[in-house]
Amino acid sequence: MKQGSRFWAWLVFGVGTTYFVLPLVATFEFSLRKRRGEYSFDAYRSVFEDPNFQATFTYSVVVAIFTILLGVLLVVPTAYWIRLRLPHLRPVVEFITLLPLVIPAIVIVFGYIRMFGSNSTLPFLATARGTDALLVIGYAVLALPYMYRAVDTGLRTIDVRTLTEAAQILGAGWTTIIARIILPNVLIAVLSGAFLSFAIVIGEFTMASLLNRPAFGPYLQNIGANSAYEPSALALISFAITWGCMSLIQILSRFAPRSANRPN
Amino acid sequence: MAEPFLSIQQVRKAFGATTVVQDFNLDVEPGEFVSFLGPSGCGKTTVLRMVAGFEEPSAGKIVVAGKDITRLKPNQRNVGMVFQAYALFPNLTVAQNIGFGLKVAGMPKADADRRVAEMLDLIKLPQMGDRYPYQLSGGQQQRIALARAIAPKPKLLLLDEPLSALDAKVRVSLREEIRSIQKKLGITTVFVTHDQEEALSISDRIAVMYGGKAEQVGTPFEIYNRPATKFVANFVGTLNVLEGTVTDAASGKVRVNSQEVSLQGKLNGSKSGDTLSLALRPEAISLGRHPGRDASLSGEITEVHFLGSVIRVRVGIGGSTVSLDTFNSPAAPPPAVGEKAEISFSSGDMLVLH
Repeated sequence: MKQGSRFWAWLVFGVGTTYFVLPLVATFEFSLRKRRGEYSFDAYRSVFEDPNFQATFTYSVVVAIFTILLGVLLVVPTAYWIRLRLPHLRPVVEFITLLPLVIPAIVIVFGYIRMFGSNSTLPFLATARGTDALLVIGYAVLALPYMYRAVDTGLRTIDVRTLTEAAQILGAGWTTIIARIILPNVLIAVLSGAFLSFAIVIGEFTMASLLNRPAFGPYLQNIGANSAYEPSALALISFAITWGCMSLIQILSRFAPRSANRPN
Repeated sequence: MAEPFLSIQQVRKAFGATTVVQDFNLDVEPGEFVSFLGPSGCGKTTVLRMVAGFEEPSAGKIVVAGKDITRLKPNQRNVGMVFQAYALFPNLTVAQNIGFGLKVAGMPKADADRRVAEMLDLIKLPQMGDRYPYQLSGGQQQRIALARAIAPKPKLLLLDEPLSALDAKVRVSLREEIRSIQKKLGITTVFVTHDQEEALSISDRIAVMYGGKAEQVGTPFEIYNRPATKFVANFVGTLNVLEGTVTDAASGKVRVNSQEVSLQGKLNGSKSGDTLSLALRPEAISLGRHPGRDASLSGEITEVHFLGSVIRVRVGIGGSTVSLDTFNSPAAPPPAVGEKAEISFSSGDMLVLH
């Protein structure tokens, strides 16, 4: 009986692993076939040597960093205030943060184009910098469900109200409380949200393409449409970046100060 | 009487339609240790939180050292507070926790470090500065919380059930330590507890609270021996309550289970025929007749509990049961259940509950 259940467990594990790993192996194998008759990393070399790869990747990394900063500035005080003073509004805020999962990015970006066009009162799209800012705002919205949940979960591990009161009675104002007490104690959660945001921004296509920004997502699409082996190499590179982000979350949570997870 | 250091005047607090504190008045003298004692929901923590600034009174005012602080924010009050759940900052070391208030106040680092070291010595944990809160026991964490509260030299120290989360042994030692530090620093302190033993043992005065009001404010001796209300008498200490009927109001005669007791001067306007609740502390009652004890009642022993040095005896008197403790004497056998017994007491020790 016990051996039977173990067999089925291994079988399911094997099928699952094959389902996930086989396409990766196939893609990797294909990406090595650029040189006729032998395996080589030519496709990877070609990708890394392409100035557009460097430019778009750098652009997306910079946008991702700003997205993370905006997300942290927006989400940490909001989630903190909801927990501290407005717990009855939590379901409403959770619903709002889930909307980007339901509303397609294309709908959001068309809304932005109509709202913030060069003739509007807030003409973000009139300049390149303004469009970059709008892209960052759009990405912050797309990453909102992940960032909010990560931070909210982090806040659940600490006694927000008592820690706030303890800091207040010692003379601290709101900025000090958030910067020196709340944020450090939810830092791991914030980093989890940050890496998820990073992974989303690096591969995002719709917003960057429709706002006509030189991001990594449109570059991936362009290469895919015009080359044979490089798209496979890029797919694996993107996968490695995303996977690297997830691993970093795991590693950081393991090395996190235990104090942050044990408030009392 | 000296000018009160903390004056809580006609303070009321309502949450919606529910009034949790009503017309609360209390003056605390400089350096005094006052406890708010009462059951859960009596409003004691709400009063403390109003003094700290975490709740705003619906009416009334709070004055500290002559300054009205009723509308000041908590970080403008210069008040120290120790919380039940320790509330140490988990991301900071012990030294950083203690120095937090000093850093916020902008004290130069060298002075702050000196003060932190001084505080660590005061709480007898000089080697713990580099540890994190999770590396300390509950008792140690609470001592750190105390050091953190007093490090910025607050005008007033508030203790919100600081011993409740600790085990019995640590509780006793820590409450003695809190009291000795408080005396040493001479800091005016308000302590909230639901534990009467704690309040009786460390307070200069106790405010017994019930239903959002101070039922009685007095020294531990007064609260225990001269409770002003039925609630205080019942809440503080163990009490035997007997029903009695006034037979002769003029001479103070009261009948308890067909036996007469004289309570001259204690009937407070009761008339003959009135029914009264009479109370006796267990330590005021002896088994058998004793010289100097002018009143006695007869009954039958219903329970005997051997507790080591003490034997707890319950004596049925009519429809009531009286509990009393006698010392264990190895030479004499303990009383037996079913034996007829006479209890004696001084009528002066009998309390008439109003």
